[in-house]
Amino acid sequence: MTNFDRKRVVVTGLGAITPIGNNLTEYWEGLLEGRNGIAPITLFDASRHDCRIAGEVKGFDPHEYLDRKEAKRMDRFAQFGVSASKQAIADAKFVINELNAEQVGIVIGTGIGGLKVLEDQQEVFLTRGPDRCSPFMIPMMIANMAAGLTAIHTGAKGPNCCTVTACAAGSNAVGDAFRLIQRGYAQAMICGGTEAAVTPLSLAGFAACKALSTRNDDPARACRPFDRGRDGFVMGEGSGILILEELEYALSRGARIYAEIVGYGMTCDAYHITAPVPGGEGAVRAMRLAMKDAGITPEQVSYINAHGTSTPANDVTETAAIKNVLGESAAKVAVSSTKSMTGHLLGGSGGIEAVATVMAIANDRLPPTINLENPDPECDLDYVPHHSRSKTVEVALSNSFGFGGHNVTLAFKKYV
Amino acid sequence: MSQAEIFERVKKIIAEQLEVDPADVTPEANFANDLGADSLDTVELVMALEEEFDIEVPDEAAEKLLTVQSVADYISEKTTASA
Repeated sequence: MTNFDRKRVVVTGLGAITPIGNNLTEYWEGLLEGRNGIAPITLFDASRHDCRIAGEVKGFDPHEYLDRKEAKRMDRFAQFGVSASKQAIADAKFVINELNAEQVGIVIGTGIGGLKVLEDQQEVFLTRGPDRCSPFMIPMMIANMAAGLTAIHTGAKGPNCCTVTACAAGSNAVGDAFRLIQRGYAQAMICGGTEAAVTPLSLAGFAACKALSTRNDDPARACRPFDRGRDGFVMGEGSGILILEELEYALSRGARIYAEIVGYGMTCDAYHITAPVPGGEGAVRAMRLAMKDAGITPEQVSYINAHGTSTPANDVTETAAIKNVLGESAAKVAVSSTKSMTGHLLGGSGGIEAVATVMAIANDRLPPTINLENPDPECDLDYVPHHSRSKTVEVALSNSFGFGGHNVTLAFKKYV
Repeated sequence: MSQAEIFERVKKIIAEQLEVDPADVTPEANFANDLGADSLDTVELVMALEEEFDIEVPDEAAEKLLTVQSVADYISEKTTASA
């Protein structure tokens, strides 16, 4: 396909439900002020667990978006996804009607899906028997249901699917939605990621992988990407959703344009189920593919929203990968991990981080990496430590990597 | 248990399960048409009634329970028979 055949795609609406704010404004202000979203777990009694901290969404009331019965029939991950989608549609002032419904699609990714419902129903199954399991268990837990329910609640009848690529799922969703519009399969897409996996079983499983921070006595400083004292990621929850539109369609309705999405790179390490390949060659190729797709050179990249999980392995590998890709320009690029504030939303992270990246371009402001007190000697880039910064952002990348070896990079550009 | 008591308990469960106003749970109210229940709601509702009254409702019987009164009558019959 030649460039001539490709439609340009722009971002016109944003929605966010996160551990540091339950709408776009609160989230973005939280990022700029370096707000910490990590605290002791309150959703259940975590006293038996090695890790007892998380970035929970605070004060979320699903009834602001859904009636009582609708909310009761959804797992928390779907409530977040549908609610953030409604925010994004309202932010874009986008109206879905009979004329455009079939041209509006949805891709909402999740790493895990409705785990809370599964855990609760397993308990019912074991204690009371198979006949007592809820008829809503399957439709509440299956991973695609945030995408399906968002369609039911918005009337979007176009292409609809769900990416389930672990911690890369949200970025895969945005990238796939971008491709669908670029190639003419839809005029607008509701896309991003959602997750609500702060549950007993999930916490136990990630802890068994030795992936989680156990800095339980100091939650505000537990997530410390690129710092020498980092000891694992901190789980977060929430959803980030973008409205993408074909440029001419957006212009025809006078939409406000935050930024243009220009590149998508996707690779696999083909190496290990949880560990990144040393040197990060899979991440290198994902970034290169996204930049090639976008037609951008290393010196053009102003900002990278890193995957930056705060695990010992990720942060050195990602740093090496960025240096490999950008060469001499790596010394000038600003890189930050907003997970330092939100925790790691797994499949939701690509969504909220795409939102952060787009806002960085739209506002020429860089969110910081908090808690970076003693940088790891192998992490020697400019990570925008502690405080947000003003900088003209022409081109920005957002990285997401997932268990299974999935690597995704999205490229965004100032719309001109 | 009097028929009035049974009706009140049935009404309470239906209102909770279907998230509807108890005032709308009238004897003649139809689950699908008046109270917005779909097939999955109905399955869940029957399970809740089974627990509340400690009875078993076979699928063939459940399919015929279309209104609030029909449920109250069915439970009345079941609980009297087993007493």
